Amino acid sequence: MSFEAFAADWPLVPALAFQAINGFASASTLFLVAAGLSIIFGVTRIVNMAHGSFYMLGLYVAVTLAPLVPGPLGYWGAVLAAALVMGLLGALVEITVLRRIYRAPELYQLLATFALLLVINDAALYFWGPEDILGPRAPGLTGSVALLGRRLPEYDILLALIGPIVLTVLHIVLTRTRFGRLIRAATQDREMVAVLGINEALLFTAVFALGAAIAGFGGALQMAREPANLLIDLGVLGDAFVVVVVGGMGSIRGAYLAAVLVAQVKALCTALGIIEIAGISFNMSKLTLVAEFLVMAVVLILRPHGLFGRPIPPAHHRGSVEAPLRPLTTTGKFSFIVIILGLAALPFLGAAFSYAPVLALDVLIAALFAASLHFLMGPGGLASFGHAASFGLGAYGTAFAATSLGLDTITAFAFGIAVAALGAALLGSVAVRLEGVYFAMLTLAFAQIVWSVVYQWEDVTGGSNGLFGLWPDPPFDSRTGLYLAALAVTVAGVMLLRYLAFSPFGYGLRAARDSAMRAEASGIPVARLRWLAFIVAGTLGGAAGGLFAFAKGSISPEAISVGRSIDGLVMVLLGGVQSLAGPLLGAGTLTVLQDTVMRETDYWRALLGGLILLVVFAFPGGIAGGLALLARRGAGR
Amino acid sequence: MSRPMLEIEGLDAWYGAARILFDLSLTVARGEAVALIGPNGAGKTTTMKAIMGLVRRHARRLSIDGQDVATLATFRIARLGVGYVPEDRRIFTDLTVAENLALARRPARAGAPAWDEAALFALFPNLAGMLDRPGGQMSGGEQQMLALARALVGNPALLLLDEPSEGVAPIIVEQMIETIRSMKARGLSILISEQNIDLCNAICDRTYEIEHGALRPGGLVEKNSSRPQNE
Repeated sequence: MSFEAFAADWPLVPALAFQAINGFASASTLFLVAAGLSIIFGVTRIVNMAHGSFYMLGLYVAVTLAPLVPGPLGYWGAVLAAALVMGLLGALVEITVLRRIYRAPELYQLLATFALLLVINDAALYFWGPEDILGPRAPGLTGSVALLGRRLPEYDILLALIGPIVLTVLHIVLTRTRFGRLIRAATQDREMVAVLGINEALLFTAVFALGAAIAGFGGALQMAREPANLLIDLGVLGDAFVVVVVGGMGSIRGAYLAAVLVAQVKALCTALGIIEIAGISFNMSKLTLVAEFLVMAVVLILRPHGLFGRPIPPAHHRGSVEAPLRPLTTTGKFSFIVIILGLAALPFLGAAFSYAPVLALDVLIAALFAASLHFLMGPGGLASFGHAASFGLGAYGTAFAATSLGLDTITAFAFGIAVAALGAALLGSVAVRLEGVYFAMLTLAFAQIVWSVVYQWEDVTGGSNGLFGLWPDPPFDSRTGLYLAALAVTVAGVMLLRYLAFSPFGYGLRAARDSAMRAEASGIPVARLRWLAFIVAGTLGGAAGGLFAFAKGSISPEAISVGRSIDGLVMVLLGGVQSLAGPLLGAGTLTVLQDTVMRETDYWRALLGGLILLVVFAFPGGIAGGLALLARRGAGR
Repeated sequence: MSRPMLEIEGLDAWYGAARILFDLSLTVARGEAVALIGPNGAGKTTTMKAIMGLVRRHARRLSIDGQDVATLATFRIARLGVGYVPEDRRIFTDLTVAENLALARRPARAGAPAWDEAALFALFPNLAGMLDRPGGQMSGGEQQMLALARALVGNPALLLLDEPSEGVAPIIVEQMIETIRSMKARGLSILISEQNIDLCNAICDRTYEIEHGALRPGGLVEKNSSRPQNE
């Protein structure tokens, strides 16, 4: 049988094979980012949120350098130079920032490296501007190869080969060189490495530089495939997190296997195209992101530490023990009531204060969002980097119900909250199996997926335009009516969280946070409590999203991007993790800052990053922690 | 009289906020083997970790061969010629025996016995036969030998041995006593923490008793010089 006849009988086979090779090319790229992330984590125990930034900068540096010299020398010289520059930058970053946070609590490490991501993104904006920059095509590799009746770009074949080549080289370095043995030894027990007379600091710098260089190399190789732009740092980070979580932190071959698995599942979905199941047609190519999440969920349910991962040995330096939460004193309750009454009076103060309720509405929504995240982080001890997903599900659920379904305001709001609760229940069932950095990465990846689905599912979400024309019914149609309703929802939400924090449920959560094993041994169902906490946080985060949709009259993907998650974390951190009032203070402070200072500049990301670094390095207790310290000093006098 | 190999005066140490050691003082002379004995939780392991700089500590004097190390990083203390064999051995289980040894190899130093391969494998004949075995696939006794050997290839002048007999079969303990005695015979200074009195008596010149993070008053026992010494 000729190939043509075969292809005519089985049209799917060549399509699948073609996509499979494409999948290997994508897998190589994913692997190059994930490998560095994984090695750095293994040795330093830090999840480098800024890893996608090295990838992005690698691409920018390459497209800038490549045109300087014509021909292959310019192209490949630029790729190598980009890797080298990223290695040097990585070393610099490790020495100036990372060294200060090795002993800090995990959350601070994650936020500090995220702050780096923000600063680097704005630095790229400053140097290269907001426009996409196209790179040259690879000289000599611009053609394509006829394969299975299709044309496969030569460059993709090269990329497909580079992954296994880098994997092999890394394997040889890890097993045959002293540097590699040191990496493996330090991944297991870095203290013992120092005991043998090896300079840990130097090793950490070298490892960080290596990881950054590999990411930069991966980014530079994209020169012929995609233009350099400012969105790819976060985009690739989300994918790399999925790969690293699936493969197992610290395992290089796990990273490659997971990269192949994820890329192939995506390729398979694309190849299948539109299929019909039971009379309903599914466009599989639009389900690639959901498929990615499903792969991750299945692997984590079967192997919680990933394909080749092992339980992470506890860090030798735990974060400080959290001070117990205290119920409000009479003075505290009194101040709370005064603040609520003051907020309720805002719309009636006359024209001189006409802007106050507008800003206060933003603060209220932020406060509810931050308080719901804090419930998970403070009493729950689980730092979610994807709380924007709850916000987004609530906002889009509400907007969809109010516009497309035509439901009334209160029912639409309830619908949005229900969508958020359902989403949280679903993700929570997977996420609560994890702790610490795995939890952070999984939630971030999930939020990225929700964002992408919203972005792509135009029929329901309106795609990049979003949903608009959202008008609440009376009595919420006036500015005052909506504001007072939002105040009521926020106050009710915050009081519910307070009540839960001091209920047996809250005590159980805190016991599980302080020692999961001991809590489990005393009969506390740790996983179930965490799952419930996840749903509570997701539901109230969704309520904040619903309020947001009505307050703005529209909702777009931008409002539910990872920036929203990080804003929430910054509010909690700025206010103080160890206090229930902290997130409210933080929400107020950050919202006012955003409204005044940050909207005046194009470089608000760098400002936010600077603010995060300031809190992490200088005020780890946040505003509430600082106030409590002052109060104690005052009382001591 | 030459200066002591290890000199500790007024050592305090903490785990987080909990203070473990209180004003501890001890010395190990060059070529001497000294035992630190006491019940569980007395602070023996913490003393070793404090010497290596692995816990927060403060001392009026903490010196190795006359050099002040109270503020040095762990790797610098190791490079001054201090070998440390922790209680739980902490060999690299992913690495082979040969790789474990290769990482720890440091140049020979004046005033300390040198351990080339021949000398090492004369002391640990078993290890020579399992160089390619991953550390994770060794028995407890074999791991203890590897931990000792790994400390020796750094050519230390002072060896800190934390409970070497713990979790090791009695027959292996017998072998271990011989091994440690021949290490001492080559001029190595040794500080051992132990609960096994027989092992201490067989090896050590002097004994400090430690309790609740401090030396027990009168707890320093000089070995009776009329008793026959090694050999």
